[in-house]
Amino acid sequence: MAAVLESLLREEVSVAAAVRWIARSAQSSEDDPGEAAALSSLRPLRKEFVPFLLNFLREQSSRVLPQGPPTPAKAPGSSAALPGRPGGPPRGGRGARSQLFPPTELSSAAAAEAPSARRGGRRRGPGPGRERGGRGPGGLEEGVGGESQPWTGGRRSRGAGSPGSPSLVRSDPPNLSNLEEFPPVGSVPPGPAGTKPSRRINPTPVSEERSLSKPKTCFTSPPINCVPSSQPSVLDTSPWGHGLPPGCRSLQEEREMLRKERSKQLQQSPSTTCPTSELGPPLPSWSGNLTAESADPARVSSRQRLELIALVYSSCIAENLVPNLFLELFFVLQLLTARRMVATKDGDLEPSPGAPDSLESPLFQSVHDCVFFAVQVLERQFQVLSYLDKGTLKLLAENERLLCFSPALQGRLRAAYEGSVAKVSLAMPPSAQAVSFQPETDNRANFSSDRAFHTFKKQRDVFFEVLREWEDRHEEPGWDFEKGLGSRIRAMMGQLSAACSHSHFVRLFQKQLLQMCQSPGGTGGTVLGEAPDVLSMLGADKLGRLRRLQERLVAPQSSGGPCPPPTFPGCQGFFRDFILSASSFQFNQHLMDSLSLKIRELNSLALPQPEPSDEDGESDVDWQGERRQFAMVLLSLRLLAKFLGFVAFLPYRGPEPPPTRELQDSILALRSQVPPALDVRALLQQGLRARRAVLTVPWLVEFLSLADHIVPLLDYYRSIFSVLLHLHRSLVLSKESEGEMCFLNKLLLLAVLGWLFQIPTVPEDLFFLEEGQLDALEVDTVASELGLDGMPVVDQHLLYTCCPYIGELRKLLASWVSGSSARSGGFVRKITPTTTTGLGAQPPRTSQGLQAQLAQAFFHNQPPSLRRTVEFVAERIGSNCVKHIKATLVADLVRQAESLLQEQLVTQGQDGGDPAQLLEILCSQLCPHGAQALTQGREFCQKKSPGAVRALLPEETPAAVLSSAENIAVGLATEKACTWLSANITALIRREVKAAVSRTLRAQGPEAAARGERRGCSRACEHHAPLPSHLISEIKDVLSLAVGPRDPEEGVSLDHLEQLLGQLGQTLQCRQFLCPPAEQHLAKCSVDLASLLVADHIPVLGPPSPRGLERGQARRLLHVLLSLWKDDFQVPVPLQLLLSPRNVGLLADTRPREWDLLLFLLRELVEKGLMGRTEIEACLGSLRDAQWPKDFSEELATLFRLFLAEPHMPEPQLRACELVQTNRGTVLAQS
Amino acid sequence: MILTKAQYDEIAQCLVSVPPTRQSLRKLKQRFPSQSQATLLSIFSQEYQKHIKRTHAKHHTSEAIESYYQRYLNGVGRNGAAPVLLELANEVDYAPSLMARIILERFLQEHEETPPSKSVINSMLRDPSQIPDGVLANQVYQCIVNDCCYGPLVDCIKHAIGHEHEVLLRDMLLEKNLSFLDEDQLRAKGYDKTPDFILQVPVAVEGHIIHWIESKASFGDECSHHAYLHDQFWSYWNRFGPGLVIYWYGFIQELDCNRERGILLKACFPTDIVTLCHSVA
Repeated sequence: MAAVLESLLREEVSVAAAVRWIARSAQSSEDDPGEAAALSSLRPLRKEFVPFLLNFLREQSSRVLPQGPPTPAKAPGSSAALPGRPGGPPRGGRGARSQLFPPTELSSAAAAEAPSARRGGRRRGPGPGRERGGRGPGGLEEGVGGESQPWTGGRRSRGAGSPGSPSLVRSDPPNLSNLEEFPPVGSVPPGPAGTKPSRRINPTPVSEERSLSKPKTCFTSPPINCVPSSQPSVLDTSPWGHGLPPGCRSLQEEREMLRKERSKQLQQSPSTTCPTSELGPPLPSWSGNLTAESADPARVSSRQRLELIALVYSSCIAENLVPNLFLELFFVLQLLTARRMVATKDGDLEPSPGAPDSLESPLFQSVHDCVFFAVQVLERQFQVLSYLDKGTLKLLAENERLLCFSPALQGRLRAAYEGSVAKVSLAMPPSAQAVSFQPETDNRANFSSDRAFHTFKKQRDVFFEVLREWEDRHEEPGWDFEKGLGSRIRAMMGQLSAACSHSHFVRLFQKQLLQMCQSPGGTGGTVLGEAPDVLSMLGADKLGRLRRLQERLVAPQSSGGPCPPPTFPGCQGFFRDFILSASSFQFNQHLMDSLSLKIRELNSLALPQPEPSDEDGESDVDWQGERRQFAMVLLSLRLLAKFLGFVAFLPYRGPEPPPTRELQDSILALRSQVPPALDVRALLQQGLRARRAVLTVPWLVEFLSLADHIVPLLDYYRSIFSVLLHLHRSLVLSKESEGEMCFLNKLLLLAVLGWLFQIPTVPEDLFFLEEGQLDALEVDTVASELGLDGMPVVDQHLLYTCCPYIGELRKLLASWVSGSSARSGGFVRKITPTTTTGLGAQPPRTSQGLQAQLAQAFFHNQPPSLRRTVEFVAERIGSNCVKHIKATLVADLVRQAESLLQEQLVTQGQDGGDPAQLLEILCSQLCPHGAQALTQGREFCQKKSPGAVRALLPEETPAAVLSSAENIAVGLATEKACTWLSANITALIRREVKAAVSRTLRAQGPEAAARGERRGCSRACEHHAPLPSHLISEIKDVLSLAVGPRDPEEGVSLDHLEQLLGQLGQTLQCRQFLCPPAEQHLAKCSVDLASLLVADHIPVLGPPSPRGLERGQARRLLHVLLSLWKDDFQVPVPLQLLLSPRNVGLLADTRPREWDLLLFLLRELVEKGLMGRTEIEACLGSLRDAQWPKDFSEELATLFRLFLAEPHMPEPQLRACELVQTNRGTVLAQS
Repeated sequence: MILTKAQYDEIAQCLVSVPPTRQSLRKLKQRFPSQSQATLLSIFSQEYQKHIKRTHAKHHTSEAIESYYQRYLNGVGRNGAAPVLLELANEVDYAPSLMARIILERFLQEHEETPPSKSVINSMLRDPSQIPDGVLANQVYQCIVNDCCYGPLVDCIKHAIGHEHEVLLRDMLLEKNLSFLDEDQLRAKGYDKTPDFILQVPVAVEGHIIHWIESKASFGDECSHHAYLHDQFWSYWNRFGPGLVIYWYGFIQELDCNRERGILLKACFPTDIVTLCHSVA
């Protein structure tokens, strides 16, 4: 590899040719024959070049960066063994390469030993480090505020070749390894960032016996053990031994060559050293002694060499030969912002004082070199830089080093900054709004039993209770999800017995998930374009949320470096933990089903169709909508896919890859027969074919990011990775031709794919190894016309929302400015507003056929909004049509059913027969009428759709377009409505009739009379009558006084009694506040009152002391009661209680007994038709059965006889009756 | 009517071990003349119910029941017209209606072959005339009309008060032109949890969005409010979003702490209502 670099440096090979050589296996015609020859001999090494280059740069930088590890770790053992063993064991290749760099060997002993020691420790225990913060099988870190995990540290520790990150290995601050406490600063690559690159710095030779336990030991360069066994020859024929140009035959020779080269370079390079000019005031530094050294272009050493390597490096970046574009940019920015050199010049010169060799001497000998190199690379990456956010551009443009080294680049950046569209970033706090109850899906009709319905009712409440508690407490120190909520969740899940309940709960869970954490940060929902949009969408009822939003704006955002591990930030953590705590197989399965379905649904959602010709302001308005919709769909998909991945791979997730090859093979054999939860490969292929990669790939990446260690080894997923690698390679940003993907679309894909390639579970070598298979997996993307990929659907905002880690670039630059920690959180976090609107109605998939094709064609050349409008109208009108039919036709049929039923009940007697049978009879009569539904439905759609379309389309829509749109809308709406109606109308009628039947039958029941026809108050009523509750309470007081016990002075005034009865009359006439139970109690109380009056039990206040009522007063009151019973009560009055043993028995206590009032009352009851004679006779008869004192029984018998003896007398006899009663009463009393 | 916790505690302090009779109520009204009677009655009733809930178990041990029954029998044996049962209840500090139920149940166990069903007992308590024993019927009746916290009459009064306030609230909503769905309509649509009113168009009350209104014709103390939160208000929130609870007889001020979360408390119909304005485009 060094040889290639050497050839470049010697200008034997042009950079372009070298890059072509690296990128493609085949020779290109553009290649100079000489170059080709030079390179073809190196062919076996082609794949190793990029990892080599990257490692080389990291090595070099880490060596010169002050706080970096003194030396990149190279196994001393291997370096010793290799030189003399050309063609030796595979590891020789690696070792030999390491040997290329004298500084390694020449570095201090401590430096040489430290790495190996570190490596040893790391290799022994990679697991814990890697899974730090993990929670068992769901070992993903919590990404919440400030708690960013040094994932990359974990990664690093697992990466075999990396001896530990510079930041971790530094020795000066005692516990620098604690990244929380010692966030890496300026000159030092910020922890996670710095660690990442370091992983690839030092490919560590791996002994073969251990190779399987460490499949990831190598990241950038394929370690021997990871190379497929089909290629052993390539590796066995060690480059250093065979098939190499004679000059490279031995390491010694090569080194000699390098030395010469270096001396040559040194002579050529201008050694003008101008005094360093202070470019600004000393910057505050984190540790006090870390003030940045100023960089001076004039003091750059070996400028040409740096330029050349920068060119090669840039070309590799441009050709997507590096796994992660943004990681490289981050590295470059680290170089740009390097603070100070640690190594002295002596160290640099030590290896070969006399003859500096081009590769033998350190690449970066000073901060000046680093900055020079960085600026060289940045110049070539300007295009990407110009798409970064305004903040980053500003920081770049204001970077004094950049200005000093390349005023031209600085100028371009400034221009880009000024031209950058200001993005309004508004975030909403996670919407804690609950999923609303929708009768269509949530009412009783959707459940198998009452029990299931009520269980789900409770579950919904428990779920939100748990959620609220989580919201309140999850940030409290020491609070633990499982401890706090686990048992409650499991108890709730335990109740979900029926499969149907599971699906209901999963629907709730998924909806709430989408509602709360659509954006990756869990901080809000979807992307909105401009501020006014936000406000208009927020509407009045969101102002409260806006207020809360303001409070949250200050919160710093956490991040996990440029390649953070997959996390479940914010609210997502709740859902993750819920799944873990529930640990319910059924739930997980239903959830996977549901997530898969939703993903398929959203993934195939018809999104904006191209409208490239029309780029005026109007379509821009439309595009805002399109982008917004795309963003919402994309973010939803990513969220769903992430959770699908989480649940699907949950049973397999473990902290470590299998320890032995045998174990791994057997796991592979098992796993390879398990079908994937969702056929993502097919969806990916479809997506690529339809040119919708920009939608499909980002969610697929989320899904794969949660895979376990075995997944990438399975054939199925391996092929997916191959396709993704191929795609990654093909997304060359500089290519901007017709039919190419839009720049930001590409950038999004590069960012997410680059991130995926760094996920711990993805083998590190995958990126560099898979190349051989790429050609076979070419995806045919030519077939389709311009798809989503060609639309500018991704904007900067969406890019940053999906890939918050790009923001690390800005943080790095800002920390340079502030000289403080990159994690100080001093940045306004990027915020995205949320909307409560759903994901938009899915346009109906219409049947195929010529008409559909024509409609499709019609829309092709129309603005996409037209299509959306038509589909929307059709969807709504179709739906309304069904409701309309329900409210008209079906309601009529139900009325018919009710009257038929009434007839039936009249003819068949009260019970009307078996309800089920009744229903059958009714349905057989009524269901045939359902056929009318289709005709009526058609009419409805025909009538309603055109108006709606007209109202929604712009006025200048041509008449022909308008009428076509109307017709299509009518057609679609009709189709939708009629499809539904023809399938469901019978069932619907049946259901409604059934409900009506049970309603009617219930109404026939015993309580029916009570609910019978009720009169309301009169029109003039102003509802000023006393409240029923007040009256019951008052009467109760009178009753309790009458029944006793009472104080001697207690009693009721006659006025009060009269007033009370008057009020009762008013209340019964004004029915505004009267409900049947209250009226029933009033009725019963009034009967009790009458009984007490008859028995003279009411203590009346008055001089001198409480006493009984006078007969006349009592009779007057009874009259009032009688008329209330007759005229005002609308519920049945339990008058028979007047003759209950208990009430009649009241008379037994009075001495002398007064029977006249009772007899009076009985006669009046008969008179007023309140009770029949026979009814009273029956009551009196049964009274005789009760046990009474002998004298009382006799009097009672007399009363009975008297009542029976009296013929039924009309009005004029009343007085005579009274007389008779009085006389008889007296007689009775005296007897 | 909105009381601070301290004010409330002062009232509650006076209610310890006060029997639920009309005499007690009279005294309470004299003690706190500035508070509305309805509020006092509501607090009294709730405090008494809490007290009963705490002591319920000890009155239901078989020993206790047996001893009460014997005392009852002895009492009525001496004088059936004396308020035996009522005095027994007051003496052992238990609600008269509930004591009546205990004795009735025990009585029926003795006199019927099958143990009495709950509905039979309820029906006899509603209408003591159905009680086969005349003396017991009178005793039960006396307990019920003298109990101002428990019993079918009290239940009915409470129910009526609740209904009346719902009607009042409905009138106010109609008057304000706020369209709503009431409980019956919601139930007909198959909602599983139904607040009194769901607003078809949400409004803002004192700056808080509300989607539903629940009327509570009682005083909102900690105990009842927490029970309502758990059984009703959060359930409404879970389905319909934030809403308003009106405690017509007031509430403890400190309980109104979930405003931000979406449960707003008021003691009367709000005056500060902001409705959605339809912009004239």
